[in-house]
Amino acid sequence: MTDPIIRVNDLGKTFGSGMRLSLAKQADEVRAVDGCSFEINRSETLALVGESGCGKSTLGRLLLRLIDATAGKVYFENTELTDLPAARMRDMRRHLQMIFQDPYGSLSPRRTIAQIIAEPLDVFGLVRSGRQRRERVADLMTQVGLSPSFMDRHPRQFSGGQRQRIGIARAIAVDPSFIVADEPVSALDVSVQAQIINLMQDLQKQKGFSFLFIAHDLAVVRHIADRVAVMYLGRIVEIGPKKQIYGMPQHPYTQALLSAAPEPDPDRKGKRIILEGDVPSPKRVPSGCSFHTRCPIRQDICGIERPPLREVAPGQLAACHFAKPFPIPRPTSSQAVPA
Amino acid sequence: MTVPLLKVDNLAVEFGPKANPIRVVDGVSFEITAGGAVGIVGESGSGKSITSLSILRLISEPPGRIVQGRIEFNGVNLLELPRSKMPDIRGRDIAMIFQEPMSSLNPVMTIGDQIGEAIKLHEAMTGEERRARVIEMLRLVGIPDPAGRLDAYPHQFSGGMRQRVMIAMALACNPKLLIADEPTTALDVTIQAQVLDLMHKLRRTLNTAVLLISHDLGVIADVCERVVVMYAGRVVEEADIRSIFRTPQHPYTRGLLQSIPRLDDDRDRLYQIPGSVPLAGSVKKGCPFYERCSLRIEKCMNKMPPMFSFGPDQRAACWVTASQADAKEKEAALQ
Ligand SMILES: Nc1ncnc2c1ncn2[C@@H]1O[C@H](COP(=O)(O)OP(=O)(O)OP(=O)(O)O)[C@@H](O)[C@H]1O
Ligand SMILES: Nc1ncnc2c1ncn2[C@@H]1O[C@H](COP(=O)(O)OP(=O)(O)OP(=O)(O)O)[C@@H](O)[C@H]1O
Ligand code: SF4
Ligand code: SF4
Ligand SMILES: [Mg+2]
Ligand SMILES: [Mg+2]
Repeated sequence: MTDPIIRVNDLGKTFGSGMRLSLAKQADEVRAVDGCSFEINRSETLALVGESGCGKSTLGRLLLRLIDATAGKVYFENTELTDLPAARMRDMRRHLQMIFQDPYGSLSPRRTIAQIIAEPLDVFGLVRSGRQRRERVADLMTQVGLSPSFMDRHPRQFSGGQRQRIGIARAIAVDPSFIVADEPVSALDVSVQAQIINLMQDLQKQKGFSFLFIAHDLAVVRHIADRVAVMYLGRIVEIGPKKQIYGMPQHPYTQALLSAAPEPDPDRKGKRIILEGDVPSPKRVPSGCSFHTRCPIRQDICGIERPPLREVAPGQLAACHFAKPFPIPRPTSSQAVPA
Repeated sequence: MTVPLLKVDNLAVEFGPKANPIRVVDGVSFEITAGGAVGIVGESGSGKSITSLSILRLISEPPGRIVQGRIEFNGVNLLELPRSKMPDIRGRDIAMIFQEPMSSLNPVMTIGDQIGEAIKLHEAMTGEERRARVIEMLRLVGIPDPAGRLDAYPHQFSGGMRQRVMIAMALACNPKLLIADEPTTALDVTIQAQVLDLMHKLRRTLNTAVLLISHDLGVIADVCERVVVMYAGRVVEEADIRSIFRTPQHPYTRGLLQSIPRLDDDRDRLYQIPGSVPLAGSVKKGCPFYERCSLRIEKCMNKMPPMFSFGPDQRAACWVTASQADAKEKEAALQ
């Protein structure tokens, strides 16, 4: 029944490995992404969570081939992107788009909103006349909830939420089938966040694109995702349907991450699993299971043997020698807030 | 009634030319009892940081100035103290930590010297005693091998460790009030959990009162006993933590709570407050939430609602919900 649009096979990215002159240089290598394999289905939202520096953005860029992999393969539909000649990759970009975190930095300040949104339309020759171009831009602006009368203004005249709408309009302009959204709501205020999340969900429903949604807010992810992948130091340590990841996580890191998020409810101060220490540097990934330096249930074998990602429940995979279900008790109906 | 540790009363702060000022904080009042924990929530630009900076008189003047109100600490109005007395208060009585720890730590000074300096400003101690105190503080905030870390520089610490060093420095002189402005916003979830855990531990062991500023309602719910909700430079609601989450009385607070995704909800769509926050100081008359409010009536457009009481522990500035509550009370009295 699965219908993957993206397939990822043993994907890796090591930074700073360009000039391997001596062994000493290798000490400076950063293994940002290491041996990742997974699929994303048509019209599905896969969320990618994990702490700062674990490789989420790098993985997202690898999928779109905004950077080149140092190992492994990425397939879109049935075409391998990782070895596609540059000219064919350019054509392919029409189907692959990105939405960025920073609505302030990612829009060129000197161009008008119309120019920013129309750029991909021009690149792929999707509009013939100036009039058609403005019509299309007006249509896109309406779709993302912006008034077309702002078309000739510059980004600095817009708030963070409005800028994120511009970024979304630009991404959907070419009707892509796969979008990577890298922390699209992290920089926004709570009430603006809700507007943008609703907008992205509505558009996905209408247009049916697939989504890789990168985020660190676990409540946002639970709201928007179909499946969730948890990353730690460049590797996927657990992946599965949202219900299972949130209700019955099996990897100790997922369990710690979920228990650590403070809930907006004074009566639900759950017991937190407090991890010791900090995330190790990706320049010195620990041997064996890379989580073993902080894992509350580690055993001797964990520092020696790297646990493979294996199925621990239907559709749920975890990379842990001692993976076991850990129910997170949550009442299903939250106390209603009066409207 | 006991005197509160801190009492902010009718505070107003303006920026810009005196002839044409922008009032970014207006009529802000709240209290903190000794050992208590109060949170301020509100969207970007709502005046949270300006309010907290005002308490220590850290607003740079010009362009800013406190134009109205009192800030009483242990019954003394800090705004009437000679400026030269403020450095004594800062650190010894009231300490402050900021969102970005790197910008508040001196990059060319060792961690040990920086915390030592903070102690030296307020307490007479021998070098030996001071060193012991620094080690004790670092241990308290959970820095492993504190004696071995005295000579480290800030860049050798991770973000979470730096934030803990900031807290150690802030608490080195055992202040009665700690003001923390978005102390965990830049941190990862698991590191945030460590810092929140630390704040709980410090409150238990040192009985430090906390004023916590955050836009994250989860963090506020975790640490605070009372909450102040700010909107466009004003306090729109103020209550104990349970009332805020269970029976919010201001339409903005209600909208805010409904618009956050939660770990346990299965709604298909999030509630969204229509429109956007007005610029600070741009609402000159009427209720600042008027443009976005689904309960508004004509009166709201022209008359600024005062704070109404909703029971002993809760106040909110809304004409409509106040009259609804009033009607309910009368109905109950009749039965
Ligand atoms: N161009 C680069 N050159 C060298 N190292 C890099 C480069 N880009 C990323 N890295 C490193 O790769 C690792 C993963 O970075 P990445 O940006 O993918 O993390 P992330 O999970 O997106 O983090 P965040 O949540 O902070 O955005 C980090 O250690 C980072 O420093
Ligand atoms: N130096 C200044 N000159 C003019 N206006 C200022 C100055 N500093 C702050 N303001 C204005 O005062 C208002 C309140 O700012 P404040 O920093 O208190 O907001 P905040 O609630 O802390 O927001 P955030 O969540 O983004 O930190 C804002 O509208 C801001 O633009
Ligand atoms: S493999 Fe070992 S160290 Fe790694 S998560 Fe599992 S128990 Fe912990
Ligand atoms: S006073 Fe009126 S406009 Fe303001 S919040 Fe209440 S009902 Fe809404
Ligand atoms: Mg990133
Ligand atoms: Mg602030």
